[in-house]
Amino acid sequence: MIKKTLALAALSAALVSGAAQAASRDYISIVGSSTVYPFATVVAEQFGRKTKFKTPKIESTGSGGGMKLFCAGVGIETPDITNASRRMKKSEQEKCDKNGVKEVTEVKIGYDGIVVANSKQAPRMHLTRRDLFLGLARKVPGPDGKLIDNPYTNWKDVDAKLPNEPIEVLGPPPTSGTRDAFEELAMGAGAKTFPDLAKLRKSKDAAEIKALMKKLGVPESAFNKKGKKVFKAVAYAIREDGAYIEAGENDNLIVQKLEANPHALGIFGFSFLDQNADKIQGSFVDGEAPTFDNIAEGKYPVSRPLFFYVKKAHVGKVPGMPEYLKEFTSEDAWGDEGYLSEKGLIPMPEAEREKYRNDARNLVQMPRL
Amino acid sequence: MSDSKTVSPSFEKVQASLAKRYARERRFRAMGLGAILLGLSFVAILFITIIGNGYTAFEQTYLKLPIYLDPQVIDPEGTRDPEVIRQASFRNVVRQPLREMFPEVKGRRDKRLLYKLLSGDAPHEVKERVLDDPSLIGKKVELWLLADDEVDMLVKGHIPRDTLLEGSKAKLVGWVDKLQAEGRIEKRFNALFFTRGDSREPEQAGIAGAVAGSFYTLLVTLLLSFPIGVAAAIYLEEFAPKNRFTDLIEVNINNLAAVPSIVFGLLGLAVFINWFGLPRSAPLVGGLVLTLMTLPTIIIAGRAALKSVPPSIREAALGVGASHMQTITHHVLPLALPGMLTGAIIGMAQALGETAPLLMIGMVAFIVDVPQGPLDPATVLPVQIYLWADSPERAFVERTSAAIMVLLAFLIAMNAVAIILRRRFERRW
Repeated sequence: MIKKTLALAALSAALVSGAAQAASRDYISIVGSSTVYPFATVVAEQFGRKTKFKTPKIESTGSGGGMKLFCAGVGIETPDITNASRRMKKSEQEKCDKNGVKEVTEVKIGYDGIVVANSKQAPRMHLTRRDLFLGLARKVPGPDGKLIDNPYTNWKDVDAKLPNEPIEVLGPPPTSGTRDAFEELAMGAGAKTFPDLAKLRKSKDAAEIKALMKKLGVPESAFNKKGKKVFKAVAYAIREDGAYIEAGENDNLIVQKLEANPHALGIFGFSFLDQNADKIQGSFVDGEAPTFDNIAEGKYPVSRPLFFYVKKAHVGKVPGMPEYLKEFTSEDAWGDEGYLSEKGLIPMPEAEREKYRNDARNLVQMPRL
Repeated sequence: MSDSKTVSPSFEKVQASLAKRYARERRFRAMGLGAILLGLSFVAILFITIIGNGYTAFEQTYLKLPIYLDPQVIDPEGTRDPEVIRQASFRNVVRQPLREMFPEVKGRRDKRLLYKLLSGDAPHEVKERVLDDPSLIGKKVELWLLADDEVDMLVKGHIPRDTLLEGSKAKLVGWVDKLQAEGRIEKRFNALFFTRGDSREPEQAGIAGAVAGSFYTLLVTLLLSFPIGVAAAIYLEEFAPKNRFTDLIEVNINNLAAVPSIVFGLLGLAVFINWFGLPRSAPLVGGLVLTLMTLPTIIIAGRAALKSVPPSIREAALGVGASHMQTITHHVLPLALPGMLTGAIIGMAQALGETAPLLMIGMVAFIVDVPQGPLDPATVLPVQIYLWADSPERAFVERTSAAIMVLLAFLIAMNAVAIILRRRFERRW
């Protein structure tokens, strides 16, 4: 019994000291995107090995989840850096401001290609972004120009040149940054090939928007003063009738499912294609294959920038932050032949690297969005 | 003839239906047996795939290279001071022999690929060797060094040669073939897997960090949930009056045992982290959350154990003048303890395999350093498995399965201990 009391006492002491320890942290705490996670972890490990500082702790929370934690306030209990597979949103910047996280440095780290791949047992697909929009959108323009529920169930019906295969696509759920980027870069771009939708996207005139909406058959309740918002509501909506299957955040799982089902296509980040090149192949999009060089040169259309955001107030309080930024922005890491490129990150052009290296090392305040 | 006349009609009825009834019983037994066989075959498939995928991870490919430990690079002044050696760069020291073995490799790109034969950890390994034995400096020694994960996958046959031959790494295959022909490639027991923390380089990744994290988490859980659970069980069983209120508590404890574990995680996030201000990702918080989860199991098992102690023992103790408290601490509790321990171990085994509640409190994270105490950031074994399963590198597939094997080994060991305890100390009256 005495032993137990002692153990309890020791534990409560640990609890108290735990609260005390929270007041000073000797490792960098990083949260954010699961797409940036594989790159940030490599940098963290190199940093831990090269310097005398502890290896940073990195949680994979998704871009949105990371922003939420990051913008919760200033103080040791909040993270120092958040990774994002898209730019910070205006609403997130406002939330940061409101909670006193006013000084934030934005660092772009490189590009990631989003691939549409299938099993090697099936023929390689030659898709266009228009095909992807027509195959995957909830509503598509019908023969009279009005939007109708997506009638396509076979790629052959989308475009006669495509193979006679049912539309079956495995992709990320709405919480994923990969999904956001795919919607914008593939679906949005595909939708823009329809003149009415392109006009709607550009329009800021209420009367014109209303006229276009009527022409397209969009219900009036979707009206917004900005035509772009209406456009997004139409073009970014992915069908929910079973042709698009949400496969969770685990890209390895999608790869396995593609291997088992040669009729399906999958949507995921380039690094998974790179690592599983013996099992799956990336489809051509607008005539470009998803290869390292094509993405780096900006030829492959479905690629997006990756970022991380630094809380300036924590520099100096948490040891090692300047050194971590230095490691991440070194040529050894994000350069053309750096170790991040081996992990599948597509490097930025040299001038862009120079700009963001300066931003990171001098902790330049990010612009208002 | 006369016999058949004396037989009653109901007997005939029974006789007629007997065959049918036997058949029904046989069918029922076959179905039961079938269910068991089906379950067993699924378990067998699970084990076969996991072991089939994972056993190769316990071996790791090493390269034997003649390393010249150049004193000019390592220790130009000849002081043999460990600090000087620690500062020296061993990168070139391990690359030099590769350049000498493959003099035909020219060009920046090809050379980079050549250096990729070795793990990024190789310079560090050589440094450790030299620190252990500074007299090696200036000598040419044959050292076995860790190979890169891609070489490892190639040697183990997990990446088909043909695919590598097609890609930009075609030359790698030729180099590996040459080294193999010279007997410079060997698979050895993978000790790093058990001594290292997580890493993004599969060949350097190990489960030590996750095992330590699991240990601290379970330690906190055990220290908290066992005394609290036992105390609650004793109170409810021995002291509590039987009324509506205690009935309500009893029902609630039974209900708590069925609450999904993620709910406890949310509770932990709200109470321990946001309110008490405990650090995120710490085994201490993980242990607290898992305590909430295992408490009902321990209380229920503890009460069952107390109930099984026969009343005669209590009555005898009270009869010779022991107080209620003495009766419990001297007689009832020692007899019930094995049963309580069994319950605790099963609760711990459950806690060991838990991932969902830890997601909410930040224990799903990339952590390289092995935690030194319950306040350092840590992950646990099932979380490590989850993280590796999500990594793009091919070599993590076998490591994921290997980590599952280790986790299963722990679980089987814990359950075995519970069974042995029960066998050994349980008394039947």
